[in-house]
Amino acid sequence: MGWARKILRVNLTEGTCTPEPLNMQWADEYLGSRGLASKYLVSEIDPKVDPLSPENKMIMATGPLTGTMASTGGRYTVVTKGPLTGAIACSNSGGFFGAEMKFAGWDMIIFEGKSPKPVYLFVENDRAELRDASGLWGKSCWETEETIKHQHQDPQIRVSSIGRAGENQVLFACVVNDLHRAAGRSGVGAVMGSKNLKAVALRGTQGVGGIKDFKGFMAATTAAKKVLADNAVTGQGLPKYGTQVLMNVINEIGSLPTRNHKDVQFEDAAKISAEAMHEKRASDGKSQLVTNAACFGCTIACGRISEIDKGHFTVVNKPEYWGASGGLEYEAAWALGAANGVGDLEALQYANLLCNEDGMDPISFGATIGAVMELYEMGVLTKEQIGIDAPFGSAEALARLTEMTARGEGFGVEIGQGSKRLCEKYGHPELSMTVKGQEFPAYDARGIQGMGLTYATSNRGACHLRSYTVASEVLGIPVKTDPLVTEGKPELVKAFQDATAVFDSAGICVFTSFAWTLADVQPQVQAACDGDWSMDKLNLVGERIWNMERQFNTAAGFTRKDDDLPPRLKTEPAQTGPAKGLVSGIDKMIPEYYQVRGWTPEGVPTEETVARLGL
Amino acid sequence: MLKSLHIDPAKCTGCLQCEMACSYEHHGVFNPSKSRIKVFNFEAEGRKVPYTCTQCAEAWCMNACPVDAIRLDAGTGAKVVHEDICVGCKVCTIACPFGTINYEQDSGKVQKCDLCGDNPACASACPTGAITYIDANWTGLDKMRQWAAKANTPAAAA
Ligand code: SF4
Ligand code: SF4
Repeated sequence: MGWARKILRVNLTEGTCTPEPLNMQWADEYLGSRGLASKYLVSEIDPKVDPLSPENKMIMATGPLTGTMASTGGRYTVVTKGPLTGAIACSNSGGFFGAEMKFAGWDMIIFEGKSPKPVYLFVENDRAELRDASGLWGKSCWETEETIKHQHQDPQIRVSSIGRAGENQVLFACVVNDLHRAAGRSGVGAVMGSKNLKAVALRGTQGVGGIKDFKGFMAATTAAKKVLADNAVTGQGLPKYGTQVLMNVINEIGSLPTRNHKDVQFEDAAKISAEAMHEKRASDGKSQLVTNAACFGCTIACGRISEIDKGHFTVVNKPEYWGASGGLEYEAAWALGAANGVGDLEALQYANLLCNEDGMDPISFGATIGAVMELYEMGVLTKEQIGIDAPFGSAEALARLTEMTARGEGFGVEIGQGSKRLCEKYGHPELSMTVKGQEFPAYDARGIQGMGLTYATSNRGACHLRSYTVASEVLGIPVKTDPLVTEGKPELVKAFQDATAVFDSAGICVFTSFAWTLADVQPQVQAACDGDWSMDKLNLVGERIWNMERQFNTAAGFTRKDDDLPPRLKTEPAQTGPAKGLVSGIDKMIPEYYQVRGWTPEGVPTEETVARLGL
Repeated sequence: MLKSLHIDPAKCTGCLQCEMACSYEHHGVFNPSKSRIKVFNFEAEGRKVPYTCTQCAEAWCMNACPVDAIRLDAGTGAKVVHEDICVGCKVCTIACPFGTINYEQDSGKVQKCDLCGDNPACASACPTGAITYIDANWTGLDKMRQWAAKANTPAAAA
């Protein structure tokens, strides 16, 4: 059956934990995880609610493939109204926490209200209770996980928590599980902090049974694993180099946003690339990368486990950072590095460790530093205000500002508001590289035109994980399209958006889509889940999810003008590389996209579309 | 030819496919907490190590069992717990120096690796080759080959 058919409702105001049956009608319409949790969210909260108020809710959700032998079937999502954007937020994480929720017998946990004092939720199979977390408040995610395991005398507990960033309601705070996996974007950690919820600790020993057609499921998952193993990206590139395999590739095609998007190529890209992580350091003869690692059930294993150079200025006399820990992913290496012109790999790893330790999204954080550095170079911000000289390229500034933001010190508090609010405050809203208040990830919209449309229309603000057209435009997956043109991109973006919604809702990792299409996912879902799950149905479910999210955002107050890119990308042409002379063709793509979507020229789903999707 | 499970921790990514395969094989459910093979994560060293019963020839558990519930499967060399005989006294769990035989609350019996009747599910499920099921007499063959490759002999004249 795939689903556990049971959800846990936690009312933090009242301090109650109540089981409920899963709404199976909705499961049939929205599949699970992202789709299903979003359906619950939009049905239960006012779209206009203040994201950091008790009236907002936060849902942790698994999908029907979470906790099974389907490759990458370990994902869970955190769904809420995001404080960074004011839009619907859905952040996805791997690691082991999601599978544990399923093993404890729950499809999702809905948090509502606000606890009068810090608490954490402890779930052991059917038993769920809120416990006092006053002793955990003020601790990092790492200390929190360790303390909870120690207190319960059970090393097999899985923990998701917020660090000091979430407590301080840093608007890009994330929820960290298993030490270095995170539901990273849109500030879901700040929502958790606003509810005085420090952590969720799970122990599940019931497992996932009742797969509809076990033999068919094993055949389908085995065949799909073979597709991953045989594919050059998922079988070789990602395990060996991680997502960092992209650094040199994207730099070469002139789409590596550099120094707050002033440039599209970074002269030090090679120094912060996957290849550099493999190289032996001159200082100690070791490479930064120790090994790769997998999330639960994943046969790709893109994860990086790294060891920082103990002699690097950022960590001398700080042995707590010397051990092996989560290493740089492409997005983090870009945001902490190229986005602010820093080419010091060890400094990036230090900032990355702090982001994991205290729960900050390195993309939004790093991109905000890029804006701060530009404001500093313009003379708008001074050393006195910031607390340190912060020109582009300064590893010292990066390291210090990461500490200050993670811990809520000095100017770090302003950085914690994200680049939109910061740039507005200092009179330069145009320098904020954001859509709907969320910072861009690591692909420049001038050199990869489809990504511009992806960012402008993403339901959670600028994001690459809502329709990763890089796959097609750069890597030729499933078919090669020209990254420099706008033609055909509205259709391409729609197709990626709808398919991705299904991947996310099934409980699997979107990185499988380097090798899998929906046709590889379909037999796995079909064999696991009750009901009929044809390709047509899955396509419809994906489109339904997208439109539901869109309707929520429209009701929250977003309009056509929010589907736009910052002026820099529309008026300042790329200076170098294959996209030299190009700006984003976003204004041309948007009306076409609305048409392809079946929306009005104002970007609202038409009555016909709403009816067709059964919304 | 007798085969045995061979584990190469350096190849392990910690995905737990092996634990799920084991639990499904024996309990019909994806449930690492019922797996007879466990993967340990030594976080600060960046090491993952799968660990399970090595089927000792002179098995402590088998010798310790007072009711003779653990018996040799002559075909595979596995020491197999016969659940119908096991009384759940747990003496074997004390006797085993490696901790690879454990009490299982739900059944009230102990459980350990039984090599799945000569087709270990963990080895089939492992995507990295960290677990293999190979000739019991030659589990060292791969390592020997690696060292042999380093032996400094001149290549044969062309
Ligand atoms: S591909 Fe990477 S992120 Fe995705 S499940 Fe595997 S290890 Fe985790
Ligand atoms: S299946 Fe293989 S790689 Fe995965 S945890 Fe088990 S031994 Fe390690």
